[in-house]
Amino acid sequence: MTGISHRMSRRSLLTTGFGAAAGAAALSLTGCGTTGRGGREQIVVAIVSNPQMQDAMSLISDFHRQHPNIDVRFVSLPENEARAKITASVASGGGEFDVVMISNYETPIWAERGWLADLEPYIGETSGYDDDDFIPTIREALSYDGRQHAVPFYGESSFLVYREDLFIEAGLEMPQQPSWDQIREFAAELHNPAQGFSGIALRGLAGWGENLAPINTVINTFGGQWFNTDWEPMLNSTEVVEAVSTYVDTLRTWGQPGAATSGYGECMTHFNQGNAAMWYDASAMVSGIEDPRSSTVVGSTNYALAPVMETDYSGWLYAWSLAIPETSQHKQAAWDFITWMTHPDYFQLVGNEISWEALPPGSRQSTYDIPEYADISGHYAEPTLTSMENATQQNSMVHEVPYDGLQFVAIPEFQDLGTRVGQQLSAAIAGQQTVEEALDQSQRFAESVARTYGWGN
Amino acid sequence: MTTTTPARPPKTQSAEELRARKAAARAEGWRRRAPLLPALIFVIVCTQIPFLLTIWYSLRSRNLLRPEGEQFVGLSNFADIFVDSTFRSAALNSVLITFGCVFAALILGLGLALLLDRPFAGRGVVRTLLITPFLIMPVAGAMLWSISMFNPSYGLVNWMIGLVGIPPVDWTSQYPLFSIVVALVWQWTPFMMLLLLAGLQSQQRDVLEAASMDGASTWDTFRFVTVPHLRFYIELSVLLGVIYVVNTFDHIYLMTAGGPGTASANLPFYIYQRAFLGFDIGQSAAMGVLTVIATIIISLLALRLIFRGLNAKEQS
Amino acid sequence: MNVAAPPETASATVHTAQAPRVKKVTTRPPKGPRRSSLLTTFTWVVALLFFAPVAWMVLTSFKQESAAASSPPSFFFEPTFDQYRNILSSDAGPYFLNSVIATAGSTLLVLLLAVPAAYALSIRPIKRTQDALFFFISTKMLPIVAVIMPIYVIAGQIRMLDNILTLIILYTAMNLPIAIWMMRSFFLEVPGEVLEAASIDGASLVGTMRRVLIPMVAPGIAATALICVIFAWNEFFFALNLTAANAATAPIYLMSTMTSEGLFLAQLSAASVLASLPVVLAGWFAQKQLVRGLSMGAVK
Repeated sequence: MTGISHRMSRRSLLTTGFGAAAGAAALSLTGCGTTGRGGREQIVVAIVSNPQMQDAMSLISDFHRQHPNIDVRFVSLPENEARAKITASVASGGGEFDVVMISNYETPIWAERGWLADLEPYIGETSGYDDDDFIPTIREALSYDGRQHAVPFYGESSFLVYREDLFIEAGLEMPQQPSWDQIREFAAELHNPAQGFSGIALRGLAGWGENLAPINTVINTFGGQWFNTDWEPMLNSTEVVEAVSTYVDTLRTWGQPGAATSGYGECMTHFNQGNAAMWYDASAMVSGIEDPRSSTVVGSTNYALAPVMETDYSGWLYAWSLAIPETSQHKQAAWDFITWMTHPDYFQLVGNEISWEALPPGSRQSTYDIPEYADISGHYAEPTLTSMENATQQNSMVHEVPYDGLQFVAIPEFQDLGTRVGQQLSAAIAGQQTVEEALDQSQRFAESVARTYGWGN
Repeated sequence: MTTTTPARPPKTQSAEELRARKAAARAEGWRRRAPLLPALIFVIVCTQIPFLLTIWYSLRSRNLLRPEGEQFVGLSNFADIFVDSTFRSAALNSVLITFGCVFAALILGLGLALLLDRPFAGRGVVRTLLITPFLIMPVAGAMLWSISMFNPSYGLVNWMIGLVGIPPVDWTSQYPLFSIVVALVWQWTPFMMLLLLAGLQSQQRDVLEAASMDGASTWDTFRFVTVPHLRFYIELSVLLGVIYVVNTFDHIYLMTAGGPGTASANLPFYIYQRAFLGFDIGQSAAMGVLTVIATIIISLLALRLIFRGLNAKEQS
Repeated sequence: MNVAAPPETASATVHTAQAPRVKKVTTRPPKGPRRSSLLTTFTWVVALLFFAPVAWMVLTSFKQESAAASSPPSFFFEPTFDQYRNILSSDAGPYFLNSVIATAGSTLLVLLLAVPAAYALSIRPIKRTQDALFFFISTKMLPIVAVIMPIYVIAGQIRMLDNILTLIILYTAMNLPIAIWMMRSFFLEVPGEVLEAASIDGASLVGTMRRVLIPMVAPGIAATALICVIFAWNEFFFALNLTAANAATAPIYLMSTMTSEGLFLAQLSAASVLASLPVVLAGWFAQKQLVRGLSMGAVK
């Protein structure tokens, strides 16, 4: 009797064993598919799917010609999604990516944590790379301890584009540096909802890299701040309330339809289709606006510096940049790819293969010396460079603050805090709550962060 | 049920024999359990161990972006949740989306099942057309609704309401919850219809016929004969619908990203955001634990119903 | 344990006994044919309305991008295969291949684990069958989002992120409870006499399984596999969080077509059609199994 059951149990164990073995076989079989093919190296590049990056993806065959042994696979996602995915991977040491696209917000913080490879040795060995050519404010923003941990693909400040033809027609004159009061007057004048035409386009989509970027420049120029020097949160101060109310009211009254879900891309489409008189956003917009392939308003635009209130200048400083996570197993191949995408030669490639309007702006000073680019960029090169040079806390803030950054607060918690505040403001833009309610809730979010910096203890 | 136990020997039972019998019973127990074990172990490893880790995380302050700050904080993550108004509104949205969707899909599904529970030309084709929304990949379905249907400038819905003179509506930002529920109802109605149709068709015709012979009106027959018979199927549809819909993520992620603001975030989406945007592991884990506790309470009640129904069916 | 047989015969006899009544009933309602054809028309209209979004998606996939986003919508246009051609010549292949591998691998593994487990919960049940069933189904109610962070962290530490193996394992865990419930309900339908005969023959467990049980429940296995295939093929959340470039599946491809700026609707529609097609076809041809699977075997 025991013999029978003994045998039986061994049999059933056998079945189990068989099942497990078959499972393992199936698994190892499928596992093969994911490893690289012999001799070739594969790198995975995570980028944000903005037009300039898509141009780079479409030109990848040029890179393959130079480096036939490196396979490049792209993961390209919209800004918010890309940021979440890249941060998760790098912060947890997940190691999925060999090249990541990040900004001057992440670079110093992540470099301090040892998550990013130091690029100085690679830069030093690369002939003709000319890192002194990078725009100084950008280069500094991408360094930690004086060493570059990311290199810029394109850099930007913020400024205002407007339809010069319509301004002339209406007898209006845009000053070189308008105030927000003037912007509101112009918007009211030119707003024409019956024709589907809005006085201004502004971002409303929630996200610290979306609606919060322009809103923070408004907060700064109105004399507001996120935290005072004691790390006391200031989001419900009168200055911030006034600044945000101005922005939200301008957008709700004279802004584009679907305001609360419009990000950079939607605003660009709206302006490109000739449906807005003004748009305050990233200076990198010129690659889209001045490109006849995507824009119907080429030739009727002009540019002004970011609107101000209490400060001499306004505007942000931002750079989409490429970096190598410390976890990458293919650092040299990753650098080869980064070199290709940020080298002076790349600008010639884009100019010749795609168009001169599509050059990634704001990363290299030499870009503005390229004759073909100088020809077409006459009316926006100067505002771009002026904005970027003056994008400092001294020039565009009223009060001293304990953090770095203009349109962001350079602390690790900001990615989350900013997104949550952005959501509150987006809800205010949608009309689902008042600006005061949104800022009171935001203030509570900021308070819990402030405590970790010693406020209230 | 017979077993392989051989006929009992007629001898008196010695202690040794008793032990042997016990051992045999134990062996028999394991022999029966053995085929179950691989599956059981697999599920435990894949679901329970991560969940234990979630509980562990929920008691610690850990943010992926601040690796230095990790420490044991007891229940303070839970305390924070109770003052988080977004968590409350996400919980409310979860309830609204789940019950709104299940209820609407049930009513529509019942209507469709009744329409299909009679012979007519092309019944097979109609049924095939009707179940298709359920078979479309949810990601495709969500984008189909948010872009092709609800887009404010070229969406089909605005064009249709435009035909009767209603001005265009920005559906996903003005009515985010409604838009999501519409897309979900479209997807889940076929599911309800299929279950309820199976229920209707398992009705014994003679009972219906007897009822109408006795002079009962169609409505009375429906109320007093069909509905009681369908009760098990309705309960089952609601329960399964809730199980599947309460975890909705795809539609919210793709249609509104929880917005505008957090107006349409449900619990899965909000916890996801805390985890993959905030990287606040402690906080998101605590929310996960709370959600699981709530789910367990609800599902204990629900499962009891399913079991009662199933047992009743198995014994019938 | 032997359940199925008696009620069926009973109802069959009742049916024949009352056959004469049927005629009378069908002739009863005088409003018959007109109402019936109205009802039929109504049913057709509703069905077409429900199907309209799908039809629109298919229609859009044959448009050029500019026509796809036109306002008012264009119903008449020159159909083009450009979108499908673009997808086939693009990098979509690996995504779909990953979907096939993850779906097939996990379905196979599910069956290997679920069939023996269901056997132990039906034919020769363990003592605590109800508890085991309860446990399995309770894991279905566990919100996935509550465990995604630990899974992500573990997968990262053992270098299993962006690996198709990870998806296979998780899809297996996701589908296993349903599969066990379904397979159990199929096993319960196997008449007891068959099993008794087999065990009197002295057939071993594996022998009984292979020679007697498996052939009898083969249609049930097929139905279970279908359900697993549907859920694995459509899965988005794990794929979104745990894959990047190497293991990304078809739903991720759909999302990535959306992200490009400018016009993408026609391309997205074509990709949606291709990605949905396998499951739509499978579901169309196996409607009955679908019902049973979705109800975890509760609806026969």
